Amino acid sequence: MQYKRRDFLKISGITAAGTIAMPSLLQSCKGLTLSGSLSDYFDHFEVTPALLKKVISTALSKGGDYADLYFEHTLSNNSVLMDGKVNQAQSNVAYGVGIRVLKGDQTGYAFTEIISPEAMLNAAGTAASIADDAGSNFAGDMNELLTPNLYPVTRSWEDTSIKDKIPFLERANEKIFALDKKVTKVTASIGDTSSYILFYNSEGVLACDYRPLVYLSVNCVMEQNGRIENFSVSSSARKGSEFLTDELVDRLAKEAVEKANRQFLAGKPKAGEMEVVMSPGESGILLHEAIGHAFEADFNRKNTSIFSDKLNKKIAEDFITIVDDGTLPSDRGALNFDDEGIPTENTVIVNKGILSSYLHDRISASYYKVRPTGNGRRQSFRFMPVPRMRSTRMENGPHKAEEIIASVKKGIYVDSFSNGQVNIGPGDFTFFVKAGYLIENGKLTMPIKDINIIGNGPQALADITMAADDAKLADGTWTCGKAGQSVPVTMGLPTVKIKKLVVGGINA
Amino acid sequence: MNTQEKYSLAEMVIAHALKNGAQQVSVSITESRNNDVEIRNQQVDRLTESNRNSLTVDLYVDKKFSSHSTNRMKKDELLKFVEEAIVATRYLAEDEFRLLPDPERYYKGGSPVPDTFDQSVATMETRIRIDLARAVMDEAFNRDERIISVSAGYSDSVSNSVMVTSNGFKGDTARSGISLSASVSVKTDQGRPSDYWYESAIFFDKLKKKGIGEKALERTLRKIGPRKISSGKYPMVLENRVAANLLSPLYSALSGYSIYQKQSFLADKKDQKIASDILTIYDDPHLPSGPGSRNFDGEGLALAKRAVIEKGILKNYYIDTYYGRKLGMEPTSGSSTNVVFTLGSKDMESLVKSMKKGIFVTGFNGGNCNGSTGDFSYGIEGYLVENGSIVHPVNEMNISGNMKQFWMNLAEAGNDIIEGSSFRVPSLMIDQVDFSGI
Repeated sequence: MQYKRRDFLKISGITAAGTIAMPSLLQSCKGLTLSGSLSDYFDHFEVTPALLKKVISTALSKGGDYADLYFEHTLSNNSVLMDGKVNQAQSNVAYGVGIRVLKGDQTGYAFTEIISPEAMLNAAGTAASIADDAGSNFAGDMNELLTPNLYPVTRSWEDTSIKDKIPFLERANEKIFALDKKVTKVTASIGDTSSYILFYNSEGVLACDYRPLVYLSVNCVMEQNGRIENFSVSSSARKGSEFLTDELVDRLAKEAVEKANRQFLAGKPKAGEMEVVMSPGESGILLHEAIGHAFEADFNRKNTSIFSDKLNKKIAEDFITIVDDGTLPSDRGALNFDDEGIPTENTVIVNKGILSSYLHDRISASYYKVRPTGNGRRQSFRFMPVPRMRSTRMENGPHKAEEIIASVKKGIYVDSFSNGQVNIGPGDFTFFVKAGYLIENGKLTMPIKDINIIGNGPQALADITMAADDAKLADGTWTCGKAGQSVPVTMGLPTVKIKKLVVGGINA
Repeated sequence: MNTQEKYSLAEMVIAHALKNGAQQVSVSITESRNNDVEIRNQQVDRLTESNRNSLTVDLYVDKKFSSHSTNRMKKDELLKFVEEAIVATRYLAEDEFRLLPDPERYYKGGSPVPDTFDQSVATMETRIRIDLARAVMDEAFNRDERIISVSAGYSDSVSNSVMVTSNGFKGDTARSGISLSASVSVKTDQGRPSDYWYESAIFFDKLKKKGIGEKALERTLRKIGPRKISSGKYPMVLENRVAANLLSPLYSALSGYSIYQKQSFLADKKDQKIASDILTIYDDPHLPSGPGSRNFDGEGLALAKRAVIEKGILKNYYIDTYYGRKLGMEPTSGSSTNVVFTLGSKDMESLVKSMKKGIFVTGFNGGNCNGSTGDFSYGIEGYLVENGSIVHPVNEMNISGNMKQFWMNLAEAGNDIIEGSSFRVPSLMIDQVDFSGI
């Protein structure tokens, strides 16, 4: 298909009318001929192969070992229903190139938002200054990286008008109000993002990617006898506007109302250490905070992680296998290749109880002399990549959910979360429980809400004494923050029991 | 772009939006530059430079509202960007409350320009940045055999913004910031404790450059050997550096958005007692060299010093123009400037000394607060205090409660604020806090 650059380069984040004939690129650059897809990206960013080589040469001019260029053009929209109407929308356009130079494990980084030869060479010169030496040789190879496309879209966000999103937000509002008379406020929003990525490095790897991302979020506020409770639920995927369906809206509406309702019955547990049973799905936040971050190899390379000397050691029961997977189709945490040109994979981090791999970027892989695992990620071209999780989950265990709950005399069952955190060195991690239940004599009893749970990563992992056969991946809008950068992730877990964690609550 | 060029571009965008059907428009343009140096174990680990620019246009089209931003500054693209955004805005629902502020409320000049920019930060050299970070590093590196990692960081930033509205506001601001930090990790038989320290300032000359590495090391070493302790109600001394963490849920509850959307536990509490007599907070936009000082807010509204909480009585919310209209309240400003506490007489050390048995909290680990109800629960880092002395670090503890009761239990405010922060919160002592441990 032939088209002009002017049509190609969307300059507005928001699509007013939709139905604009869009280039084939939007179906992803994969599957097209090499010259076809890549030349689209070269046109898009107004660069040539010769210019890319020249910029890399400049980046290596002071003796760097490695350099890469990360071109990005991201269009984001946010459409919001509040007080019964879709009466506000935001859009954002971000465009630029990040230039990175590595010398050993040292990094020089600069970016420019103006992609001109002068600006790029200038930024390359700044990044180059991490090294202070004679220039390095650069062969100037250029080989396209081809990977399967994990996130084909039926209809791209750039081809979707805001008027096509409004009915879904209105439906969420109507459904939630119809489900319960106590509902007094509904907020619903759709956030969609389309990113074009062009990557080139001094090893000659050339790659392009089209990355869609969307979430639908609803919040429901209820009032009863002067008491106010609220609950938010959301779903997210790397999909186009085929993501938006009546079924999805109805599911989220129902869950928000059910969970907000449950909060009226909820109290606080008694403060202290107790057994904790985690429900399947978003309880995977346990893995993310308790061990995931501490497995990121930058912390281990720097010796600051509590897991720094635990590689190939037994850290959990034999029935526990945990993976960090970048290859799940249309998953929020999926990437065809990571942000430093490495194809993603399903990395086994705990294999039958043994710590089998950290999560690597190029720097840490080179330090540990292993293959990178495709975990080098960045928030945008404005940031250097660092090791990050993708979709972190535990495989099925040998137990049954009912038997796990029945085994607890006095503890809690938790099933909804809002956030978590970890201190890498001491290994103390937390997650905030939006909703759960007390377990008394093997049965779920009073609902509980709004409590923080704190534990120690290695100890908590060793204390997982039971895991069920009901592993589930959560599709919520989880965003992970590290070193000032946010990236989309997902998480999953079967029902598990942890022998003891410190549960926030009241003291009688 | 210099300031005049930014004004011209903003005015061009406004004229184009008005021509294409918008009735009101607000445009802001910001350019910023940020440089970071990180040194780890005496080697430069990272050098980064970032130059950003952004243009945001708020459109009011036939009672419909949307907001758009881009970093593509080419004029022909901006014009098309605005045209498409206007067409899209027309698909939204009408909202009678969406209008630019009443021009009467705009800042119209006359006050001295706040002292928030240091030209010497704008022209800093990389060599000086690295030298400053190295000096911080040297204070900690190799000073204890248990050290496994020392990082020292230097960061500076300058930003220049203009804002223009179609109903008569024009204003520009310039800000600078500079900071030095250190983070130390040590290896023990019980994990790898780490802690940090930093200093920040608007002006290079006012930045404290000594003692940062030393303090980070000292703070890390005192964390060695934490023990879990029993759950219970204890008094708490909250270190000034982290006190703003517990003030932030209170501040969220003061916003017009939270009140209108039923996410505020302080709705309908104006002129009522919401905290102990000890708590008095002013919002002071004109504090000399205050990091939050400004003459106008993000909407162009003129700012004045206001009481937020006076002797525990809630005096003022933070109300922007939109929620002011929706709530039928006078707009004050939707955002805080310098949050200034009325100070007590003791410093942190004396507050700790005055505790018979309590917890000295120096950091937080996760947690959250339910805005609608005020229920909170946070992980903490800190120390067990007995008879006025620190006994040992504690680990795996949460504090839980309700914000309404928590601030009623404020027993004493310290006299020690953090200079570099717009939240001028001293160390605080709070009675009867629910701690969960073993």
